[in-house]
Amino acid sequence: MSRLARLGLAVTLLFALAAPVRAQVKDDTPRNYGVGRVATPGQIAGWDIDVRPDGRGAPPGRGSVKDGEKVYLDKCAACHGEFGESAGRWPQLAQGKGTLASHDPVKTVGSYFPYLSSVFDYIRRSMPFGDAESLSNDELYAVTAYVLNLNDIVDDKFVLSKETWSRVKMPNQGGFFDDDREKTEKAFWNSNPCMKDCREPVKITGHAQAVDVTPDEKTQKRGVE
Amino acid sequence: MTQPTDKKRTTRRRFLAGAAGLAAAGASSARADNAKNLPPNVADWTRQLGEGVGVRAYGNPSKYEKHVIRRTVPWLTATPESSVSFTPLHQLDGIITPNGLCFERHHGGIAEIDPNDYRLMLHGLVEKPLIFALDELKRLPRVNKIHFLECAANSGMEWRGAQLNGCQYTHGMVHCVQYTGVTLKVLLEQAGLKPNAKWIMAEGGDAAAMNRSIPLGKALDDCIVAYRMNGEMLRPEQGYPVRLVVPGWEGNVWVKWLRRLKVGDQPWFTREETSKYTDLLENGKARQFTFLMDAKSVITSPSPQAPVKQKGFNVISGLAWSGRGKIKRVDISLDGGRNWRAARIDGPVFDKACVRFYYELDWNGEELLLQSRAMDDTGYVQPGKDALRKIRGVNSIYHNNGIQTWALKADGEVENVEVG
Repeated sequence: MSRLARLGLAVTLLFALAAPVRAQVKDDTPRNYGVGRVATPGQIAGWDIDVRPDGRGAPPGRGSVKDGEKVYLDKCAACHGEFGESAGRWPQLAQGKGTLASHDPVKTVGSYFPYLSSVFDYIRRSMPFGDAESLSNDELYAVTAYVLNLNDIVDDKFVLSKETWSRVKMPNQGGFFDDDREKTEKAFWNSNPCMKDCREPVKITGHAQAVDVTPDEKTQKRGVE
Repeated sequence: MTQPTDKKRTTRRRFLAGAAGLAAAGASSARADNAKNLPPNVADWTRQLGEGVGVRAYGNPSKYEKHVIRRTVPWLTATPESSVSFTPLHQLDGIITPNGLCFERHHGGIAEIDPNDYRLMLHGLVEKPLIFALDELKRLPRVNKIHFLECAANSGMEWRGAQLNGCQYTHGMVHCVQYTGVTLKVLLEQAGLKPNAKWIMAEGGDAAAMNRSIPLGKALDDCIVAYRMNGEMLRPEQGYPVRLVVPGWEGNVWVKWLRRLKVGDQPWFTREETSKYTDLLENGKARQFTFLMDAKSVITSPSPQAPVKQKGFNVISGLAWSGRGKIKRVDISLDGGRNWRAARIDGPVFDKACVRFYYELDWNGEELLLQSRAMDDTGYVQPGKDALRKIRGVNSIYHNNGIQTWALKADGEVENVEVG
């Protein structure tokens, strides 16, 4: 190696040693990584099952209250009860009107659900329980119509379809409002919470042991053997 | 997994595990010591070789820890496929929940998804609808974040008063793990958002195909499409192979077994965000889209399932978290909220993650009413249960972050109580 070359190497080494080791910096500028494939309309159609309150996404088809009764008795009544009254702890689908402000609110399709789509979309994706996405579109419309009828929202002759969608008016549509905690619970923000003598001496007013609903160890599965 | 070689051994193990479970459930007397293992004697495990490497190819906790399990409340739901199991908070410490103990909430059972056949569809108001295979998601830039996940219904059984006698049941619908995945922002950038995009719908691929609407702002802020928890792939119970992570927001929107993201211009008002996960107030009107989990804390030990065993010096231990940011301070009361003193936070404090706090005291059998009160960096202070009920009534089921009271009795037993 020539002297000059040696000097060059030394300089390079010196720079290499002096240069700080820099980690790769996370780059947040949007970039197309070329990862993933285009979803085809055919692929999307198979999974695109959501329905909005305005009926967008609802499939073609139609179903009457009368046809729905048969589907319902066949596939739903065992859990939800013949009249939507519920069997055991399964969700109750009908009645409950006027109970929301009471001590025992009963939340059903008729008393609580704000939109037809909230029911229809749910049945479409997850019912019958254990046999999801098995109903034909006509059965789906029919059974939904029947559940509406159980709640006196539509009459016995009603036929549900995309065309009649907007005629369904859910009783509790106006029963909801957006989260307002930052306004109505403003008092919970307090940079200087009380530390001393914050309240009168405290008394016990309720005992969980008296309620006696805590599961005992016999109901629990053990860890891995 | 251990493989017992004879029946006798299995039976004995079962018995031991059962005895340990009972002790943990309430009785303060521990299982009797075996003198042959104690000094001056030399224990069996000191004389004999143990199992070699590879026998426990995927390791489990000690066989003496079999009582540390998720537990259920059988009367709570109609069927185990749509139900909940609870994290044993009273038996854990630190801030990270072990993967196998993270509480479960399924709506249609645990989907067992073949990772080769896993696909995530991203479509709606995007320039280019896309499908990602799992390996493709893993090729995108990764982030690691520690976050708590709390079910909106955690403590939901306690609105009307002290009901369940165990921290696991009153507060066990929370866990905190480290997630690895790609940010939802990066994913959305791959598809390109249309100008009128405002909401995202996330949908699961399980038998409930659970779907929730999430505002675009949150989606672009800190959501993660995650495939790992605590380093390993997600557990099936937690959405294997992919779940949505929505930091600080109610667990229901953290859709598991994520199969589809659809971009829209308004929320969908799905069943899970109308009929469920809305907070019914006293006047019969309900709050909707109450995504955020407010600051909350609980003393995990002592608690009804973890009584105090000995007088003298003891450590009170608990967890605190806030969906609004970082936990700034946790206070402890020994007299049911009359007087407070600051607890000691130990370990890391992350944004929208659990923190561990301790309060050390000499206890000589006096009856105490133990409470903890969390405060976050927005200045939000965890409210008392009465303050919460005054605004919300007792019918809202969800978002009960009220201060918990444990009564510590002279014998060391602890009970969930209501104070006034």
